[in-house]
Amino acid sequence: MQPVSREFKIHSSKALLDEKLSAALARTQDGFGGQRAAAVEALPEFQKIRERALRIKNHTLEHLDYYLEKFEREVQAAGGHVHWARTPEEGRKIILDLCEQAEARTVIKGKSMVSEEMALNPALEASDIEVVETDLGEYIIQLAKEPPSHIIAPAIHKTREQITELFSENHAQYGLTEPVTEVADIVHEARTVLREKFINADVGITGANFLVAESGSTVLVTNEGNGDLSSTLPKMHIITAGLEKVVPTFDDLSTMLRLLARSATGQEFSVYTSVFTGPKRNTDQDGPEELHIVLLDNGRTEMLGNEFREMLRCIRCGSCLNHCPVYGSVGGHAYGWVYSGPMGSVLTPLMVGLGEAADLPNACTLNGRCEEVCPMSIPLPRMLRALRVRQFEEKLVGSRVRASLGAWTWLATKPRLYQAVTGLGMKMLARLGRKNGSIRSLPLAGGWTQARDLPAPEGETFMQAWARQNRNRGARQ
Amino acid sequence: MSSRDSIFADLRKSLGRTESLGADKVAELQQRSDVAREDERPQVSGDLIERFVVKLTAGAGTVTRVRDASEVPRAVEQYLEEHQLPPKMVAASNGLVGSIRWPDGFQVEHRPASRDDRVSVTGAIAAVAETGTIVVSSDNESPTTLNFLPDDHIAVIETGQLRTHLEDVWSALREADEMPRAVNFISGPSKTADVEQTLALGAHGPRRLHVIMVG
Repeated sequence: MQPVSREFKIHSSKALLDEKLSAALARTQDGFGGQRAAAVEALPEFQKIRERALRIKNHTLEHLDYYLEKFEREVQAAGGHVHWARTPEEGRKIILDLCEQAEARTVIKGKSMVSEEMALNPALEASDIEVVETDLGEYIIQLAKEPPSHIIAPAIHKTREQITELFSENHAQYGLTEPVTEVADIVHEARTVLREKFINADVGITGANFLVAESGSTVLVTNEGNGDLSSTLPKMHIITAGLEKVVPTFDDLSTMLRLLARSATGQEFSVYTSVFTGPKRNTDQDGPEELHIVLLDNGRTEMLGNEFREMLRCIRCGSCLNHCPVYGSVGGHAYGWVYSGPMGSVLTPLMVGLGEAADLPNACTLNGRCEEVCPMSIPLPRMLRALRVRQFEEKLVGSRVRASLGAWTWLATKPRLYQAVTGLGMKMLARLGRKNGSIRSLPLAGGWTQARDLPAPEGETFMQAWARQNRNRGARQ
Repeated sequence: MSSRDSIFADLRKSLGRTESLGADKVAELQQRSDVAREDERPQVSGDLIERFVVKLTAGAGTVTRVRDASEVPRAVEQYLEEHQLPPKMVAASNGLVGSIRWPDGFQVEHRPASRDDRVSVTGAIAAVAETGTIVVSSDNESPTTLNFLPDDHIAVIETGQLRTHLEDVWSALREADEMPRAVNFISGPSKTADVEQTLALGAHGPRRLHVIMVG
């Protein structure tokens, strides 16, 4: 999709007023957050597994060229093909060509965030190919013509009533005219409609949670089984993945799998973990004739060489979204592109340009929850700060803010003057708030005091209080 | 320069190198074997069968235990009766499942599943106690569609196939000549919580997973 992250402030302001969205976000964060906490609690070895995962990913990234070459060789040995895409455009072109080669009329898709990076669906549709998302959440938002609002639960912002309505509008063409309101009936109707699509599709496109260098395998984790039908029934299977997804061996994979589901949904293990190696064998009775893997760069090789390398450890579990107060208030759409929450606030500026997404690194309280719950121990707060520094250096920060920061720097680097000025400021604020104990409005800080009162300070700065205490202590001794 | 070459050039630049790794380093990486220590994976203590059953049923799977292979047809029959299903199935033709002598009146076809098949029966190459998972791999006698298209998937495993950890499955797979096209780790029936975070079974894959454990 085209990034609209520039409009973060507008979209987040709207989202804050949306009560249905607030309820959905609260439900998601409580649900996933609580389930994750219980899963971690139930596994005393969790911390050790996390440390091991960190070691594995760091080792892999340090030798990424080696492991990718190894992966490519093994894929080819198993009869598959690897395609390399520098940019989303290149990725789209590769996949369009493959679909054309397969004379595809219908494509079924398992959830793939990398295909969202590529904005693949509109490109396929523009070539008169019917694209059907098969993950239930993705299917719902495809009907609603919306982007995903959460990396693992793309339709969390939709209520049951909205889904009932979407199904009524879209399923009448299949003779399903009775509105479905119960969750089980909604799921059943989607199953019925999508079953036909699975059977008749020419190409299946899925993502990959991991690539295993040892054997050239791709690993797909789902609960629905849609990825398995997408990869088994059509004659061609195309797999999209970021090139950072590789792990050296199956033993390394085991460690990653132990963290992924627990961090994402709080499950110990997802229902389906499928390991695909090459296309259908001569003796096999089902499976795709052709298997193609499209690996996307889109800024990843550059991240490998700078202070954002650790972001390449991300396994897309969504845990940071589930524990972020900003995401929990505004939801995924406000972020304006494919990824949202803390990981999205780091990735979006790096993938679409800092100028396109300048508000994202600033929409963060730096409370550190995301790093605490990240199974790959990614220092997200440090990266968000690094992006703020970059913004300042690249002069992407407004002149008023720059001037204020300049004045602040000038003052803060002169301790005597700083103490005199802040001392005076504290006295004035204390006087202003003397009557009510709080201050209702302040010049230059209207945005802050609009929604809350500022508690009045006692009239002393920290340094003054410190000096006074030291004096008292000296007097006592 | 092709995209592939420019990606590799950039990868190496970012890693502070201009060439691919030297022979010594490659040899070292080829030798790398880093298996989780005991304290780096979930502890699996006590009876493996019990653990497997607890974990699988927690994921909404069901289990019946039988003493030997001769009791499998009866266990399947009971399952079908319980769910009021006709004795009509698609089944794998390998291993224990392939050698089952089905009772009269059972219609069992050995072929890939199609849209209208209600019940499938397969074996498994292993089961994992750690996670309560069965492992089914594709081959000419066990088409992958059997694991995903029918509403009811019945899997027959022998207690001797039970492994402690995920790692134990990989070591068995490595011993074969080549990896099968698909290795499916299955830990229950298909499910989704995409509608208002409410769990529903039977999203796209089987609505029920029933394991018959022999031995």
